[in-house]
Amino acid sequence: MSSSVETRTSIVWDYAPAPESVDHVRLKDRYGLFVDGEFRDPIDGRYVSTINPATEDRLADVAFGGPEDVTAAIQTARSAAPKWAALADLERAKYLFRIARLIQERSRELAVLETMDGGKPLRESRDTDIPLAAAHFFHYAGWTDKLHYGVNAREVEPLGVVGQIVPWNFPLLMAAWKLAPALACGNVAILKPAETTPLTALLLAEICQEAELPPGVVTILPGDGATGAALVRADGIDKIAFTGSTAVGRDIQAALAGTGTPVTLELGGKSANVVFEDAALDQAVEGIVNGIFFNQGHVCCAGSRLLVQESVRDEVIAKLWQRMHRLRLGDPLDKNTDVGAINSAEQLERIEMLVAAGVQEGASRRTIECELPERGYWFAPTLFTDVSPAHRIAVEEIFGPVVSVLTFRTQAEAIEKANNSRYGLAAGIWTDKGSKAFEVARALKAGVVWQNTYNHFDPTAAFGGYKESGFGREGGPAGLRPYLRVVR
Amino acid sequence: MARRLAVRKTYKLWIGGAFVRSESGRYDEAQGFNFPRASRKDVRDAVAAARKAAEPWAARTAYNRGQILYRAAEALESRGAVMGVPPEEVAAAVDVLVHYAGWTDKLAPVLGGVNPVAAPFLSFSLPEPTGVVGIVAPDAPPLLGLIAELSPALAGANVCVAILSENNPLPGLDLAEALGVADVPPGVVNLLSGRRRELASAVAAHRDLNAIVDAAGDRELSPELDRLAAETIKRVRHGDPATSYEDATSDALERLNAVTELKTAWHPVGA
Repeated sequence: MSSSVETRTSIVWDYAPAPESVDHVRLKDRYGLFVDGEFRDPIDGRYVSTINPATEDRLADVAFGGPEDVTAAIQTARSAAPKWAALADLERAKYLFRIARLIQERSRELAVLETMDGGKPLRESRDTDIPLAAAHFFHYAGWTDKLHYGVNAREVEPLGVVGQIVPWNFPLLMAAWKLAPALACGNVAILKPAETTPLTALLLAEICQEAELPPGVVTILPGDGATGAALVRADGIDKIAFTGSTAVGRDIQAALAGTGTPVTLELGGKSANVVFEDAALDQAVEGIVNGIFFNQGHVCCAGSRLLVQESVRDEVIAKLWQRMHRLRLGDPLDKNTDVGAINSAEQLERIEMLVAAGVQEGASRRTIECELPERGYWFAPTLFTDVSPAHRIAVEEIFGPVVSVLTFRTQAEAIEKANNSRYGLAAGIWTDKGSKAFEVARALKAGVVWQNTYNHFDPTAAFGGYKESGFGREGGPAGLRPYLRVVR
Repeated sequence: MARRLAVRKTYKLWIGGAFVRSESGRYDEAQGFNFPRASRKDVRDAVAAARKAAEPWAARTAYNRGQILYRAAEALESRGAVMGVPPEEVAAAVDVLVHYAGWTDKLAPVLGGVNPVAAPFLSFSLPEPTGVVGIVAPDAPPLLGLIAELSPALAGANVCVAILSENNPLPGLDLAEALGVADVPPGVVNLLSGRRRELASAVAAHRDLNAIVDAAGDRELSPELDRLAAETIKRVRHGDPATSYEDATSDALERLNAVTELKTAWHPVGA
């Protein structure tokens, strides 16, 4: 690394602490299962504490559903389904518009709680998660009375009761991605939030009450993997939608073999972020940082494989390393924090295991020096160079703030390396040449391709993977198709 | 006058554009003819040939692919009479090909479009082929049942490995002769005869294959295909055998969607 870069990094601007107040969050001490429009104690489930991963403090106790709870939830959902499906389309729309508005009204509370329960920086939950969740309900509310236009059919009907399982990285946003299109299409939904982040989904249950959504239309069944497995295997479910790891997605697909139950899967990724020599490099470095350190890298489409053209390799790595030192890691509730807490002890262990494998296999590790808080789960932003395409850190999803750098010489090599993955969720392209960007975007086997940006989402734009990143799309008219049956 | 001895056809598999015997040397018999009983190795060869053909086929223009499918319809129209299936079945198969020939350049506007995102980007979603599609054709009707599954896969710019009717594979093997003169590039369609369960399982378990279209209606085979497909998250569509033009085309968009990936691209505007 050149010394001039080192010199320029020597000035460190300090920030005064700017923690967001938590007074606005009205948290109950304990939450039951949200079944038939009310919170209930579990039948055969149990109460489990959910903690703040930045402090390890208990936030609340949450009921985890057992097998009998799943059965009971399906019964109430089934009895609510016909009436909801028969409701005039615009009336159904108005409920969804109400939910969108209530999310906007309670956005501050939701953002703070999302950060407390999951560890993500407040800046992200406030500016990305919660506004996008509201936007998703608003978008699909408008589809409710236009479904046949969305799928080019003359007549469509809902599937019935849909089971939906969401991950812990974007708890409320993923709940919105699942619930909004399902309800718009006239289905009733049973949503299982993730084990470590159930709280905003339970707040969403309160919002459903506030919106006077008919009981049984939305069921929120917190739980762990066992609850999800029971939901997938239960009788009376007409569709399963899952977002999470490829390993669990594979289990779900296999468990549903021969049942005819339709399934959509949004799974893992090892997305390539490709930087060409003609890119605006400072802008590209911002995009690399956003691509891999956004939400601590707990992003299925994270740009975890950085492919840099050889001619600009040293410059990009130097700029990136310098920029990484500007990242502020710490209290997620602080409005200046860039990198928050790792979501759970289990996830931290997985990141540490794969990073150790990277070192062991011969890649060069660099981790920024910063003070890690004493309590909670933390991992400092990390960069790997000298990575070979066969290294585990170049192949496996780490789901943490760890980027692996590989290089290429020609455009053809860049495309080949980018596509050399069993995953195919997303990709980034950094170049100022328009026709090249279009050509490379077309050649990449990925469901989403961003040029000169990364991690941009919108309810109107389809999202979903190729290959082992899953199948089915969420967002836009394509997001309707998995939730309805074309009659003619 | 001496009686003329008929020149009998030696039925062969169609892999990578070549007429080949099964590498296993095995044969079965149908309608008085021998036909190859393909092996798992033949399946692997066919998938490799298909994979090689996938990119160039997808890179052709939609107009060109449409013309090739239409040319296949022309070839089938003139050769169908000697395939040993009823004329109505040939007619329906030809019409299905014509229908899907017209889809190649309609898919993008129907399944895709510009996304009105709330940010300064040109964002659009366009359908792309899933890749290599494994087709399990029904026993009957042997020609139409196959064409009904092949056509949407090809119209969606995919390449195919098809397991033919087990009890009457001859029309399917004859189809190779029609497709072979219709400018269908080598490897884009691969046709295998043999024991369905053996071959279909090998197709579903193959790690370099992207989707399964199962129209065999075999209730024992379907769950097995699902289980094998899950290993590499393959897309699976089960359907009943198509017995008419309406069966094969009334749900065209569902058929096309099952072998299509939607890609969303974001390009900056102004920045």
